[in-house]
Amino acid sequence: MHIDSIRNGIVLDHIQAGKAMEIYRFLGLDALDCSVAIIKNAPSKKQGKKDIIKIDSEMALDLNILGFIDPQITVNVIKDGALVEKKHLTLPRQIRDVLKCKNPRCITSVEQELPHIFVLTDEKKAVYRCLYCETKAE
Amino acid sequence: MRSLIDIQELSVEEIDALIEKANDIIAHPEAYREKCRYKKLATLFFEPSTRTRLSFEAAMYELGGQVLGFSEAQSSSAAKGESVSDTVRVVSGYADIIAMRHPKEGAPLVASRAATVPVINAGDGGHLHPTQTLTDLLTISREKGRLSDLTIGVCGDLKFGRTVHSLIAAMARYQNVRFALVSPEELKLPSYIKKEILQQKGIEYVQTTDLSSVMPSLDILYMTRVQRERFFNEEDYLRLKDSYILTPEKLQNAKADLSILHPLPRVNEISTAIDADPRACYFKQAQYGKFIRMALILKLLEVE
Repeated sequence: MHIDSIRNGIVLDHIQAGKAMEIYRFLGLDALDCSVAIIKNAPSKKQGKKDIIKIDSEMALDLNILGFIDPQITVNVIKDGALVEKKHLTLPRQIRDVLKCKNPRCITSVEQELPHIFVLTDEKKAVYRCLYCETKAE
Repeated sequence: MRSLIDIQELSVEEIDALIEKANDIIAHPEAYREKCRYKKLATLFFEPSTRTRLSFEAAMYELGGQVLGFSEAQSSSAAKGESVSDTVRVVSGYADIIAMRHPKEGAPLVASRAATVPVINAGDGGHLHPTQTLTDLLTISREKGRLSDLTIGVCGDLKFGRTVHSLIAAMARYQNVRFALVSPEELKLPSYIKKEILQQKGIEYVQTTDLSSVMPSLDILYMTRVQRERFFNEEDYLRLKDSYILTPEKLQNAKADLSILHPLPRVNEISTAIDADPRACYFKQAQYGKFIRMALILKLLEVE
């Protein structure tokens, strides 16, 4: 399968196979005018198979959200057809307004304007808990 | 400016200093009568908790301060739909320190981020209640003369009982403390507390449904009430509420110097026949609550 290289944009590589669509939705890529290629189940030496997303436009990415969804992703920044930066992701310490707390006793269940903040409490197991009520994120 | 939302925000040294201060207040109450003169405490109680509110108010009055506030949400602006943040921004202009009780978990944290004066969490739903834990620690310290080398039995609702969760987390920071976890199957201690606190710190514990089997080993017996308000289902509450009732007969094989604690109010889980037993410490415990709150108010207001 052949996908054209991009001149100025971003390639999200090493996405866990099957997660590309989730990332597409989280990053709001459907709202972009430029070409976006989603490659599913590409062969990978490290992972067996992987997904890749190519975005033919320079855009600001929320690396926190990306790291939360899949910290294995590599972000390649392409300028004038060349790789100028390779970013490796980590689990963010805190994520804001990505998940909603599902605890009906949490203050966020009644005060709609509060930001939904989750804090990384166990890095090994990637456990996030609500800042307010400490309920585990699902 | 500092608030107290979670007991874990306090170091062991800070807790020890608060206990020391409370002991000094008990020994020399007259030395503290003017310490908070011209200072005001706002008690913002969005759900009724007469005992905790009166304890805070008595603490402030005994320090020579004044108290203002409300005792239920219906009599506050929350009934009109005001947010917690807006309420405390306004109250910050009227009081020097706030004690907040709220049925929603995390509300005092939200308040502490908006207030310009210290906020004390006076209980947020089934989540945290740090001044109750400080009260428990002061009681244990005064009754036993130490907070280490103890076997602590916690009995009743260990699933929803926030006082038990905080007590375990706080006591786990002291040396050579063991726990006996006594509850019906349905109200066992949540596994994350066992894993994240007890197992991670290598703390010895037994889990049982039989109180009498562990009674002889206990230095402290912490009884709790099965609380109706923590259940969504009335049927479950009725089935479990009488799981453990402490009677004089059940104390027959207990140590002579056992200390029986209870955060109060009790319903029927401790027979009134035990009240006269010298091992019953729960009314003393309630009184100690006032002294530790006095120590805490002094600390947060930075009054020497």
